[in-house]
Amino acid sequence: MPNKINIVQAVQQALQNEMTLDPAVVVYGEDVGVNGGVFRATAGLQKMFGEKRVFDTPLAESAIVGTAVGMAVNGFKPVVEIQFMGFIYPAFNQILSHVARFRNRTRGQRSLPMVIRAPYGGGIRALEHHSESTEALFAHIPGLKVVIPSTPYDAKGLLISAIRDPDPVIFLEPKRIYRAFKQDVPEDAYTLPIGKARVLQEGDDITVVTWGAMVSDVRKAVSQIEDVSAEIIDLRTISPMDRETIVQSVEKTGRILIVHEAAKSFGAGAEIVAVVNEKAFLSLEAPPTRLTGFDTIFPLPRGEKHYIPSPERIRDKIRELAAY
Amino acid sequence: MFIDKFNPLEDDMIQVMDENGNIVNPDFCPDVSDEDILTLYKTMRKARAIDSIALSLQRQGRLLTYASNLGQEAAQVGSGYALKKSDWAVPAFRELGMWLIKGWPVEKIFQYWYGNEWGSHFGEEIRLLPIAVPIASQLQHAVGIGMAARFRGDDDVVMAYSGEGGTSQGDFHEALNFAAVFNTPNVFFIQNNHYAISVPLSRQTASRNIATKALGYGMPGVLVDGNDVFAVLAASREAVQYARESGPVLIEAFTFRMGPHTTSDDPTKYRSDEEVRLWQRKDPIMRLEKYLMKENLMTEDAMKSMTESLEQDVMDAYKSIEHTSDTGIEEIFSYHFENLTPQLKEQLEDYQAFLKGASHAE
Repeated sequence: MPNKINIVQAVQQALQNEMTLDPAVVVYGEDVGVNGGVFRATAGLQKMFGEKRVFDTPLAESAIVGTAVGMAVNGFKPVVEIQFMGFIYPAFNQILSHVARFRNRTRGQRSLPMVIRAPYGGGIRALEHHSESTEALFAHIPGLKVVIPSTPYDAKGLLISAIRDPDPVIFLEPKRIYRAFKQDVPEDAYTLPIGKARVLQEGDDITVVTWGAMVSDVRKAVSQIEDVSAEIIDLRTISPMDRETIVQSVEKTGRILIVHEAAKSFGAGAEIVAVVNEKAFLSLEAPPTRLTGFDTIFPLPRGEKHYIPSPERIRDKIRELAAY
Repeated sequence: MFIDKFNPLEDDMIQVMDENGNIVNPDFCPDVSDEDILTLYKTMRKARAIDSIALSLQRQGRLLTYASNLGQEAAQVGSGYALKKSDWAVPAFRELGMWLIKGWPVEKIFQYWYGNEWGSHFGEEIRLLPIAVPIASQLQHAVGIGMAARFRGDDDVVMAYSGEGGTSQGDFHEALNFAAVFNTPNVFFIQNNHYAISVPLSRQTASRNIATKALGYGMPGVLVDGNDVFAVLAASREAVQYARESGPVLIEAFTFRMGPHTTSDDPTKYRSDEEVRLWQRKDPIMRLEKYLMKENLMTEDAMKSMTESLEQDVMDAYKSIEHTSDTGIEEIFSYHFENLTPQLKEQLEDYQAFLKGASHAE
């Protein structure tokens, strides 16, 4: 039987699979229980697994994450939802000061097998604080893994890996493409390696690295160019970054464009440029280049179309770099 | 049970033993054997021995920054003594007496303050979390441990610690609110020692006391004399029983930090000698010693020799880690994840290569 599902359904299925297989997995957050999540990512789970394993909490992000630390210490594998990435900041102290540090500060005695899920990114004409992409804030923190899938297949496999990981994972879901397309995905549980990028399309002239919702835009841009052979890499894990795949590709193409939705300065793109400079300097035929959101506050819906790099801008930048 | 009848909006602080070691409130006196009393005393004395040795080592340059517990021994030991072995304790950073009761080895305590992460690796069977420096953040961990216990059906209780300064943090509010909503087996034990570094209690809260805050969350709150080990133990035992059977509860232990915030602090800048002298008369150890002598449980000589022998043990414990605790380079990298990431591996190897070269150059 084919199991054609979109990204948000893939998230739900991953949770359902893992909750069925492992009684230690619990899911909680705001509106995840009775309501099944504002995006339906936890739909039906409370009915299936009961109120002790899927439950709503008071409206307090710091405590959602902080109590997950305690649940993980005491034998559970919490998968907590922060309703929007824009609301994760009250929990930042817990994430930075405790979630990321517990294994190291107890010299391995207490690891925290927990996942913090949050939908991120713009392009859905949302209210203030509902559109930012701040993955770089988390990728900068030692002791955290940061994962961003771009397809239903990857979303399911990577979320299951994140849940089974003995260490904490920040799992960011591209809400702009939650329902953009469906894929045939195995119904049973499967894992994909965290820390491994995927080459979506091979090419010889330029490497384009991207992740999350921007993957679709990059594909569109590349499909509009016939005279340039572009290699597309879906990073999938922001941290720890798969440097090997990027470097190998740049050694072949000599050119790299990084496309991300987040603000430009000090973003994950800057890290990729640094890695390429350190490891593939002599292969370069053009300056490693970023095409990203602006260093501005994400505009409200009347202006957001200007913020996220469009397929047309990506296309032009690829052409520009290929001709350098 | 008296704690759920206690009204922190009206009632006075609960005291069992006064400053002269007299039992003034026998109704509230906990059921303790002579052996229990001697254990309480010995642990309080041991905490003070660790403090006095740590302070002197720090002055000699043999220990780094240290947070003293002087004056708060009854609050720490009395609360910890109410827990059974499988109950959890979640400290802030000034709970030495409780750590000793829960079994954090003295060498490990020193190792932590000496600047080595191995100090916080002390065995799964000791149900104690490591020190938490970010104020009040640990209260949420305690609630999460309590949620886990409740969902699994364990009968373990979680005692969480904070100072009065911590009650100003949002995490305090969120933790107590979660605990009450999920009806977790948590005791929030607030050591009100009157100063958060230099900032006095009056700048932390306009409430009548800290205990009243519990009422707003729908849990009992009780105010005890934190320098009276019997009052602390009685209230803690009831609170633990209440948490096990019914739900969360808050204890405010009214005490005083006799020493500096840490060895980097000079308290004479922000409080008067007179205030300190007032609290010296309420000293929790002196008070218990008066009781012990009155009850013929111990002589002054026996106390003196016990103290000397404890100080010797403590010094031995310190010496056992003094020259053995420098952190290896690999250790710095090896405990961030179950496995080293390629990035960590590369940075480690790069640094090792540099060190190898550097040693050749010497």
